[in-house]
Amino acid sequence: MAQAYSPGLTVTKSIVLKKDRILPLKGKVLVKKGDKVKAEDVVAETLLPGKVVPFNLANKLGVPAEMLGQYLKVKAGDELKKGQVMAETNGFFGFFKTSIKSPLDGEIENISKLTGQMLLREPKIPIQVKAFIDGLVVEVVKEEGVIIENKSAYIQGIFGLSGERSGEIKMLASTPDEIIDPSKIDDSCKDKVIVCGALVSYAAIKKAQKVGVSGIISGGIDDKDLKKLLGYNIGVAITGHEEIGLTIVITEGFGVIKMAKSCFELLKSFEGHKASIHGITQIRAGVMRPEIIIPIEFKKEELKVEEAKMATLEIGTTIRVIRQPNFGLIGKVTGLPEKLTKVESETMVRILEAKLENGEKVTIPRANVEVIED
Amino acid sequence: MGNTQKLKRIIATDCGSTTTKSILIEYVDGEYRQTVRGEAPTTVEKPLNDVTRGVVNAVTELEELARLKYNDDSIKFIKDQAIWLSDKEGEGVDAYVSTSSAGGGLQMMVTGVVAKMTGESAERAALGAGAIVMDLIASNDKRANYEKIERIRQLRPDMILMAGGVDGGTTKHVAELAELVGAADPKPRLGSSYKLPVIYAGNTKAQDIIKETLGNKTDLIITENIRPVLERENLGPARDKIHDLFMEHVMAQAPGYNKLMSWTKGPINGKMTNIPIMPTPAAVGNIMQTIAKINDIEVLGVDIGGATTDVFSVFTEDKVFNRTVSANLGMSYSISNVLATAGLANILRWVPFDIDESELLNMIKNKMIRPTTIPQKLEELVLEQAIAKEALRYAFIQHKEFAVGLKGGQKKREIADAFAQTASGASIVDMMTLDLLVGSGGVMSHAPRRNQSVMMLIDAFLPEGITKLAVDSIFMMPQLGVLAEISEKAATEVFEKDCLIYLGSCVAPVGAMKPGKIALIAKLELPNGEVFEESIPFGEVRLIPCGVGETAKATLKPGKGLNIGAGKNQEISCDLHGGVVGIVLDTRGRQPFVLPVDASQRVPLLKKWMKEFDVYPEEIL
Repeated sequence: MAQAYSPGLTVTKSIVLKKDRILPLKGKVLVKKGDKVKAEDVVAETLLPGKVVPFNLANKLGVPAEMLGQYLKVKAGDELKKGQVMAETNGFFGFFKTSIKSPLDGEIENISKLTGQMLLREPKIPIQVKAFIDGLVVEVVKEEGVIIENKSAYIQGIFGLSGERSGEIKMLASTPDEIIDPSKIDDSCKDKVIVCGALVSYAAIKKAQKVGVSGIISGGIDDKDLKKLLGYNIGVAITGHEEIGLTIVITEGFGVIKMAKSCFELLKSFEGHKASIHGITQIRAGVMRPEIIIPIEFKKEELKVEEAKMATLEIGTTIRVIRQPNFGLIGKVTGLPEKLTKVESETMVRILEAKLENGEKVTIPRANVEVIED
Repeated sequence: MGNTQKLKRIIATDCGSTTTKSILIEYVDGEYRQTVRGEAPTTVEKPLNDVTRGVVNAVTELEELARLKYNDDSIKFIKDQAIWLSDKEGEGVDAYVSTSSAGGGLQMMVTGVVAKMTGESAERAALGAGAIVMDLIASNDKRANYEKIERIRQLRPDMILMAGGVDGGTTKHVAELAELVGAADPKPRLGSSYKLPVIYAGNTKAQDIIKETLGNKTDLIITENIRPVLERENLGPARDKIHDLFMEHVMAQAPGYNKLMSWTKGPINGKMTNIPIMPTPAAVGNIMQTIAKINDIEVLGVDIGGATTDVFSVFTEDKVFNRTVSANLGMSYSISNVLATAGLANILRWVPFDIDESELLNMIKNKMIRPTTIPQKLEELVLEQAIAKEALRYAFIQHKEFAVGLKGGQKKREIADAFAQTASGASIVDMMTLDLLVGSGGVMSHAPRRNQSVMMLIDAFLPEGITKLAVDSIFMMPQLGVLAEISEKAATEVFEKDCLIYLGSCVAPVGAMKPGKIALIAKLELPNGEVFEESIPFGEVRLIPCGVGETAKATLKPGKGLNIGAGKNQEISCDLHGGVVGIVLDTRGRQPFVLPVDASQRVPLLKKWMKEFDVYPEEIL
């Protein structure tokens, strides 16, 4: 086969990015097309409907559901104050009335004459959407949000934790295979996005939390440390909601893995620049990977999103091994035999031949490499 | 189908959450055969965001392999970046069909009045239609109403199936459930441009109330009651509606599916017609039921995928079909959840060597984040198969709990039933009466040695008595399930000749005894004239070669207190079917099957069994 598709993660000096910043429900958009926005700016806001509280009114009142109508003092859609009378029986000659008061501030969603059930809604909860990246508002989606574009240096991580944050990039590791000592994380790292090398340990994360680091970028993380940090084992890779006070982006995987050189060098060249990062990972349906976005200067006419290209495997393509043995090593493809080949595990697979950066010549299942764009 | 003679070349694909698998079916020498297969990563994710790219890649591989096979460079299946359907002889292909479980498959929520009755029927209907049931909300499920509303809102299913009440029965509870759904005002998972489809299949008397409550808020479809009376289920109409909606709403929202839907075509009555894309599990279910019916047997099938594990069964004389999905047990996306569910100790009990714990944990997580990689090192293969055994075991536990008789109905009991003490609602899964156990899914079908599939099936499912074992050769059951839509002949021919690979039979006496005592006295007259005769002690396995299509005349006498199907201590004479692996005599015990907890005792046993099964190269054992 002359070509094969091997999905790889994007690492690039310059890319035109498009970010949808959309409210979960319709609301108000606060910026207009053409506006320049900063990552921290609120671009849209709305009020989320409050929690629904069912309330069995007929029961509480002691009347059959179909008779409820004659005792009601309120109707669907009404606003409510806590303690407000919602229904009242007539009693005998005005005595022994039963009145039912609202248990909350909010509004009435529905009153069912069939079941006698009332649905009350608690007050609305305000929600804001920030720009997340410095850029230009190129489109306003009416009442829903905006689309922001910019030009950025861009790195896709493989796995991450916690949501959107931003901060200045600070290199703590001097080489991509360094494992940084927690003592290196000091007050100068406050609000920064720090770059570690091949591993970020539990102790390092704890220290980072303590000094108020905004984000950590690392080649690897140990699964045991992850469990210790979160207090539970991640079953299915859906992350981003962790409340750990900082964002973590892992670029290579689990264990001690040297950060890819291209990724490390790129971060190094942007030391001191502001980066927007998030750890949101979803490896099932609608895949999402963590991102590191470093906005760069651009002119409006440069904002043309290129069509996604397919990474292809050809002789000479640079690849990275993404499974044992040789996990993490970079190499160049030297051969693409078409026939199925038996590997050590006796599995018959399509393989490629490659020369690794350490000079070793190897055969690897094609499924175990990713293409790196030079 | 009157026009099948025109079908010379058919391409079928299955777009899974990890891989898109393609097969080529050709009409050769008067019969349909599966000739070439290909695969490529599924491309529903960014940056491609278009399922058809993966399809084109997988079919390109088919094209290249077909050219190699026939040494003919003019073979061409792809034209203008699409599958080339042509009615000209020798050009392109004659039909293209596909199944799909990409994008997380079909995710549903179901409601019922009583969880164990109408709720369970609704769940069965949804599962049978190929859905993942995210939650069952019932009037009696002990959650407070506000919690139910919160849950419905959070889940964002693709559609909701509402059941509840027998015809003419209560309307109040059904109405209340509709109010909860209305209050939650759920939004569909994919896109907000359409209303959430809700299928109502409950008490017919409540239809008007449901229309009033949900008619404006949702895309409401009303169909026949799935439980018209307590004693009978009527799942067909609801399942059909689910399939229609899956196509119209869910698939149409997923990236690239509109394009793919326009490609899937085949001749029906001489006219090129669109063939709907089927949810993968629904297609597999079709095939499983066909096997059971054609051969009049009880079948248990499992499909272990990257994200989920599906178990299908056809049990009892009435051929009752059940399907369960263990949504978070799988070999790639969900591999880490197998660890979380089973625990490290349960996985390691199947591993015959020492391994550093953190190394294993990191390996599992790396597989989770890079789900398309395959084990190159032998050790990693052994570990993945150990994990698979646990995933299968847990999926089977869930299946047994779900595959039960109808609850709540009046059952006519005969004297024999009273003695047998069978309660309504007991599991209908009986490993002793099971005839055929079929494994499929990557880890099973692609195992480098078929012996590995045998051991995984036996260790995870613990078949009892005499059971035939098979695997889906290259996991083409889904494609055949949908192929049957245009040509039943092609589907059944390929199924019999190329799809199922018979591995052999397993004989396992039920019961326990002390190690060393005789558990099975076996005499097997093999087709080559050789005779195998042994009194096998408890705690052993034997593998006796006996090829595909061959049978061995067997006399089997269980040890004291054990049973191989005819009752305790009862001897059986029968034919045992061979297969690519052979006949397994397994005296390791059933009910219970016990593995020593202490590694110093367990590891030598594992090694001994693995050697006997010939599952791995000697150097690792």
